[in-house]
Parts: sequence; C-alpha cells; structure tokens
Amino acid sequence: MNHTRSRLLPALLAMGFAFLYIPIISVIVYSFNNSRLVTVWGGFSTRWYGALLADHRMLEAAWLSLRIAAVSATLAAILGTLAGLVLARFGQFRGRTTLSGMASAPLVMPEVITGLSLLLLFVAFAPLPFVPDERGFTTIVIAHVTLTMAYVAVIVQSRLSSLDESLEEAAMDLGARPAWVFILITLPIIAPAIASGWLLAFTLSLDDLVITTFTAGPSTTTLPMMIFSKVRLGVTPEINALATLMITLVAVLVVAASVLMARKEKSRERDVHLAQSTGSAL
Amino acid sequence: MVQTSNLLPHRFVISGRRLVIAVPCVWLLLFFLVPFLIVLKISFAHTRLGVPPYTPLWEWTSQHTLHLSVTAANYLFLARESLYLEAFLSSIKVAFISTCCCLLVAYPMAYGIARSSARWRNVMLLLVVLPFWTSFLVRVYAWIGLLRNNGLINNALMGLGVIHEPLVMMQTDFAMYIGIIYSYLPFMILPLYSNLEKHDLTLLEAAVNLGATPFKAFLQITLPLSLPGIIAGSMLVFIPAVGEFVIPRLLGGNETLMIGRVLWDEFFNNRNWPEASAVAMTLLLVLVLPIMIFQRYQAREAGAGLHH
Repeated sequence: MNHTRSRLLPALLAMGFAFLYIPIISVIVYSFNNSRLVTVWGGFSTRWYGALLADHRMLEAAWLSLRIAAVSATLAAILGTLAGLVLARFGQFRGRTTLSGMASAPLVMPEVITGLSLLLLFVAFAPLPFVPDERGFTTIVIAHVTLTMAYVAVIVQSRLSSLDESLEEAAMDLGARPAWVFILITLPIIAPAIASGWLLAFTLSLDDLVITTFTAGPSTTTLPMMIFSKVRLGVTPEINALATLMITLVAVLVVAASVLMARKEKSRERDVHLAQSTGSAL
Repeated sequence: MVQTSNLLPHRFVISGRRLVIAVPCVWLLLFFLVPFLIVLKISFAHTRLGVPPYTPLWEWTSQHTLHLSVTAANYLFLARESLYLEAFLSSIKVAFISTCCCLLVAYPMAYGIARSSARWRNVMLLLVVLPFWTSFLVRVYAWIGLLRNNGLINNALMGLGVIHEPLVMMQTDFAMYIGIIYSYLPFMILPLYSNLEKHDLTLLEAAVNLGATPFKAFLQITLPLSLPGIIAGSMLVFIPAVGEFVIPRLLGGNETLMIGRVLWDEFFNNRNWPEASAVAMTLLLVLVLPIMIFQRYQAREAGAGLHH
C-alpha cells in the first residue's frame, strides 16, 4: 500500500504539471513556426515577432495597457496596504466587518457584475463636476484599483498576521509615534508582501478583459480587448508571438522576485538568529 | 494657542488612525458598494432609447411634485422567460462540475507538494503559481490551438493512428470544462496546500501504529482536517465560475447557456441596461450564500495561500 502510494503521488503530480504547462509550451513553440498555418511546422522563424512589432495598433494598445497597469498597481498597492494594515493591526472599530467584507468580495465577485456596476456608476455620476465626461484611462484605472487592491490587502494582511507584534510594541513602548513605527518597523517587514501585491495587481490589470470592456469608452482599446477580438476570428501566429512575449515577461519578473525574496528572507532570519545568540551570550 | 486643541470638540480632531481607516473604506464604499445600489436602482427602471438607455426612477416635475416610476417588469421577465432560468441552472451546474473536477485534480497535487522536501516544495509552488500570474486570456487562447480540428491533439492522435477523423472538441461543453478547470486550478491548489502543509504528521503515524491502513488514516484524519482548505478552494473556483464569460465565449458552443454570457449580450448587443441589471442582481442573490461562506473561511485559510 505504502509502496504503491509513494509512486502514485509523483505520477499524479507530473500529470498535473503537464496539464498546467503543455498549453503554454505549445504556444511558445508555435510562435517560432515559419508557416502561416498554425499547426503545420514550417521551420524555425522569428517572422511573427517582426510582424508584431510592425503592427502599430497592437503596439498602441500594449502601451496603453502598460500605463494603466502601472498606475493602477501603484494605487492598489497603497490602498491595499492600508486596508491590510487596518484589518490586521487596528483591532476592533466600527465598520470593521464591512471593510473586511468589501476588501475580500472583489476576489470572487464575477467580473460581469463588477464591470456592469462600475459602468453604471460612471454613467450615473457623469453629470457631476470632477467626473470625466468620457470613459477611458481614468475609469479603467478606478475599476482595476478596486479589483486589485483586494489582492494586495489579502497578501499584506496575511503577512502581518503571521508576524508577531512584539517589535512594533517595543518601539511604541520606547515612545515612538505610530506613524514612525509604521515607517521604520512595519513597512520594511511587509515590503516584500507589498512588492508581490504590486506585481500581482500589475499582471491582473494588464490581463483584464471583462471589467475593462465595461468601463472603457468607445475609443479606448486595451491589449486584452485587441487580443479578444482577434482570437474570436481564430488563432493567428502573431498572437502566439505576443502571448510568448507576455509569458516571458511575467515569468522573468516572478521568478526574479521570488528568488530575491527568498534570499532576503534568509538573510533576515540570519540576522534574527545572530541577534538572539548575541543576546543570550551577554 | 496651547488652549486651541482643547477648545475643539474631540470629534472634529481627525486622528491619524481614523484617517488610515477612512481612506480604504471611502474608496471601497464609493467604488464597490455604491455601484451595487445603482445596479439595484436601474434594475427597477424602464428601458428607453437614448442616453442613458433607461428612465430615471424619480423626477421633479414642473409642478414641484415627485414623480416616481418604478417597475418590476425586468424581474418578471426574468421569471417568465425560460431562457434565463435555464441559463442560471446551467451556470450553476457547470460551476459545480468544474469545482469537483478541480478538487479531484488539485487535491493529490497539493498533497504531493505539501509532503515533498522543502527544496522541491518551493520549486513546485512556484510552478503552480506561475500560470496563475501569466495572462488568463493567453492561457485560454492556448487551448484553442490544442483542441481545434486541426489542432495539436487531433494531429497527434491521427498521426498515431488512434483516430482517422478529427474529434470535434472546440465549441463544445468539453472544451469549456477543460478551460474552466485549467484556469481555476491554482485557486484550488493554493488554499489546499496551505492547509495540508500545517498538518501534524505524528497523528498519521499514531493511527498507522495503532493498526489503521494508510488509506483509512487518510480518510479519517487528513481529509476531515483539510475540510477548511477544501471549502475555501471550492468557493474560490465556484463563485467566479458561475459568472464566467470569457471561457464559454471562446471555447464553449453557442448552445451552452451561461448567465455571464446572457448578461453580456443583454448589455452590449441588446443595449437593455435595466434587464442586464436585473440579471446581475439575481446572480448576486444566487451567490450571496457562497460568498458569505467564502468570507468566513477566507480569513482563516485562503489568506495565507494567495501569496507564495
């Protein structure tokens, strides 16, 4: 029994990973296919990358999506960190349940509902001053921040609740003001969590189709909207090339970030260890 | 000057603590809660041709009287047209079956990862998380290349002589299920893993020492202990899957009714905003219970699983 299970589990794991990666690998391989027929191998070529770089509408959409993602990830990182901090460290206050509900509901809310409700909000408030008349960059950013700050909040909150508060309490006892305690103690500890939150918000924003389609004006086209309209007409080699570029970009960012964080974590643990052993030696 | 702060009533002094609480609260109230109230409002309005394509619920007439115009017609239409009921039922069925399949694939994977050596565990976790970070649209698109009539799977099977005619997989329920399971799999693996990783293995050893078979020990110890992870993961898959739009649109057939698609068509193609709002409100009502279950478990389980 034990023997069969020890072989069954790796086999199931391997099948699971094959399921996760075969589609992605096939896209990457076929992006270097010389043939226009997507499924016939016509030799190695990078011509579709050239075609992609010559497609001005595609480049414009990509540039717009990158700008939207950068702005909304930054705002989401700030707001999400505040929400996570409040939920993990502020104890009980009036409205805590509401905030915790509102901060986690966007994680599971079907996108068609979120998208529709935000669009109707923008339409209803359009006559008011300070509200952009035309939907586009600003409305998309607001929608993406609302969606992605929930992810940042969850990450920051879980990071904070896994750390004990003794360092922060010690600083308070020594007379530091709460704002300084946050900047000098809490922020450096949760910086990796905020960074991965930012990265996740960035990729989610870069990728979002449904909420963006609802909140974009008629003259705005983001990269996912462009891809969606092309994919509906069928698989094209240019999209394979674009997909490969997107996958590579994200994979490099995520792998680099996690290697960096693992190294940071290790050196932090070493410091703590060192401090403890010095403490006991004294 | 020193006295001024004492002269101010306490509630007018904005403390830093209150400000920190207020900023995310105000943002979410304005852009998450208020929009739902507006959807609710418009779901009771009449459709009209114009901008915006719905009638106001209340209006001050020239005689300074309030004119109310509220209609339940959108909801009555939902109840009367069998299309909507079918779409709701079929969405719930699709989401339920996908959740079960995700669980079946994810559980052994999460279990295997949690029981591996620390070194392998981190590599495998990264491998699980990586597809979740890469574009969702690109991953759904990748399946089109595999499942088409002249796609990779059919070519391989015909090349091996297993089949002579290509299997029709695109634009079928099969393709849609594959797409949903594939896209949501990491959401199931991560909460399960973060639960399974915390288990005390001495419990299993004790059970085996007392004569239980490993399988029985798994059924009676590991499985019940992992229930919070199962529930958190299932909710993370089930709730968004009910309203899924992109996957049924790209991989599913025209005859597959999904409520997300119905809402989208109602809004963009028919330009019937009040009807789309009524669909959204009903969908929300259907999902209230699962969302509440998710929120109860989220704080305990999924929170730790979403980051690596």
